[in-house]
Amino acid sequence: MAIIELRNLAKSYRVYQKKEGLGASVRGLFRREYREVRAVQGIDLDVEQGEFVAFLGPNGAGKTTTLKLLSGVITPTSGTAEVMGHIPWKRENAYRRRFALVMGQKNQLWWDLPAQESFRLHQQIYRIHPGDFEKTMDELDELLDVKRLLKQPVRELSLGERMRMELIAALLHSPDVLFLDEPTIGLDVVAQHSIQQFLKYYQERRKITILLTSHYMKDVAALCQRVVIIAGGLIKYDGSLSGIVDRFGEYKVVTLQLADERQTNGFERFGEVLDVQPPRVKLRIDRSEVAGALAAILAKHVIDDVAVEDPPLEEVIAQVFSQVDV
Amino acid sequence: MLARAVTWWTVFRIALEERLVYRGDFALGTLMRFLPIITQIFLWWAVFESVGEGDRSSADIAGYHFENMVAYYLLTMLGRAFSSMPGLASGIALQIRDGEIKKFLIQPVDMVGFLLLTRVAHKAAYYAVALLPFALVFYLCRGYFIDGWPDATTMAAFVLSLAMAFLLGFFLEVSIGLIGFWFLEVTSLLFLYMLLSFFLSGHMFPLDMLPQPWNFLVESMPLKYLAYFPSAVFLGKITGPELVRGLVIEAAWLVFFVVLSRVMFHYGVRRYSGFGG
Repeated sequence: MAIIELRNLAKSYRVYQKKEGLGASVRGLFRREYREVRAVQGIDLDVEQGEFVAFLGPNGAGKTTTLKLLSGVITPTSGTAEVMGHIPWKRENAYRRRFALVMGQKNQLWWDLPAQESFRLHQQIYRIHPGDFEKTMDELDELLDVKRLLKQPVRELSLGERMRMELIAALLHSPDVLFLDEPTIGLDVVAQHSIQQFLKYYQERRKITILLTSHYMKDVAALCQRVVIIAGGLIKYDGSLSGIVDRFGEYKVVTLQLADERQTNGFERFGEVLDVQPPRVKLRIDRSEVAGALAAILAKHVIDDVAVEDPPLEEVIAQVFSQVDV
Repeated sequence: MLARAVTWWTVFRIALEERLVYRGDFALGTLMRFLPIITQIFLWWAVFESVGEGDRSSADIAGYHFENMVAYYLLTMLGRAFSSMPGLASGIALQIRDGEIKKFLIQPVDMVGFLLLTRVAHKAAYYAVALLPFALVFYLCRGYFIDGWPDATTMAAFVLSLAMAFLLGFFLEVSIGLIGFWFLEVTSLLFLYMLLSFFLSGHMFPLDMLPQPWNFLVESMPLKYLAYFPSAVFLGKITGPELVRGLVIEAAWLVFFVVLSRVMFHYGVRRYSGFGG
């Protein structure tokens, strides 16, 4: 049975529509216009125990709203969700002891105190046995290398160091399900990489279920076997990362190495010419026409080498996002 | 049960530590509390001088002598030290507004209980530092307590009324802060509350000075239990059945605001749209 089960889950917000200008502001005092924003419009999703799933989508697509619904921060407008047999928005302690939510930039640590104190508090709040606490703490410290930072007030830590502390705070009670909302946002490449490495290792070792939202394709590519694309509050794709290109990539990138570097003209009729660097020509050709185009090119030109590649993943995903917006 | 007690102790301890981080601000904030009382005493000095036409000791305003008045002020200061909750309501509203409140929804911890414990810790830290100055001021002003110290029963009623004043102040401000679930901005409301509380809690003048219908208004509001009531109990102005009645009404207000804050939290969270990312 799936550990996370969403059925027709929907959440709408009522948003005050303020028109521009002082006059409109004054009118707004008496009569307000609201617009219904359907952040999540009825999604179905099953996640099995031990899966590492990425939510991808443009800003405002409904990714974070979904995570908030699953962690019980907000109540849905309609539909159902069950996580480990619990309905999240009932906020039962039995459920809250078994999951964690990490939101990039949002603090669950005490700002003015060393992180160690916040961890102690978590130990009590989550009723973590002292032996387990020490063991988990040692393990996490070994992976994230934070020992020397534990006694420093959190406000004096860098963003990357703070993120590591946030992760520790979230994992101390060994949650079975972890929700990560943009865990690497604002971090430099090195810090991003170390967080990725940690998550990968930890997930493989503990076999916990993780749902992650991220804008960084590198996070997703490094970590997740399964990708769910959400846009406009709906699930547009659910499958492997490479499957996205198969499904949405409408063209291939064909690179030709010509025998005669003076003959780089006249390729427009086979497809869109992306780049010409004699003797090399790069073309974008519709997937259905690749075979035909290649045959035609080979019949006309002497080719030393040819490479047919999928378009870059980022480009395909950007294209999927933009299609949804229209 | 034991586990819960340990949790409470940890919350208390950490809140206490947090309180002691900014030493300068803490010490200054504690001492600043004594400043207004001095201006108040001088103000009433002048008022009594003028009423008694130069002889303030013979002057009597609504049953209060100058000494009574000073004693009353010292006691309201003590009452306010228990019942005032700086930053509580605005803090809750801010947490709702910027999304910090999420952590209380995600973690297996009760927000109101957590805030109560941290507030107790803040107060404890405050009393620890303020004890000496308070004792000094009361010692220096001992001459103003012309009716002597109250008997044991009155003293017990006074302590009880102070303890309830603390809890009443807490749950009242929590309820106001939770309005943030419905109206994101509660600054003006808080200002109104502070203004009302300043006058109608008895912080400004003894409430029994008020004529009708104001007296009725004050009597039917919970604010008088935040400062006036404990002071009046100490000064022996409320005794016998009146005292019991007062304590029961104070307890009833306390229960009312405990329940109100629970109900507001319950419905507020359901309305909550999880602002701030």
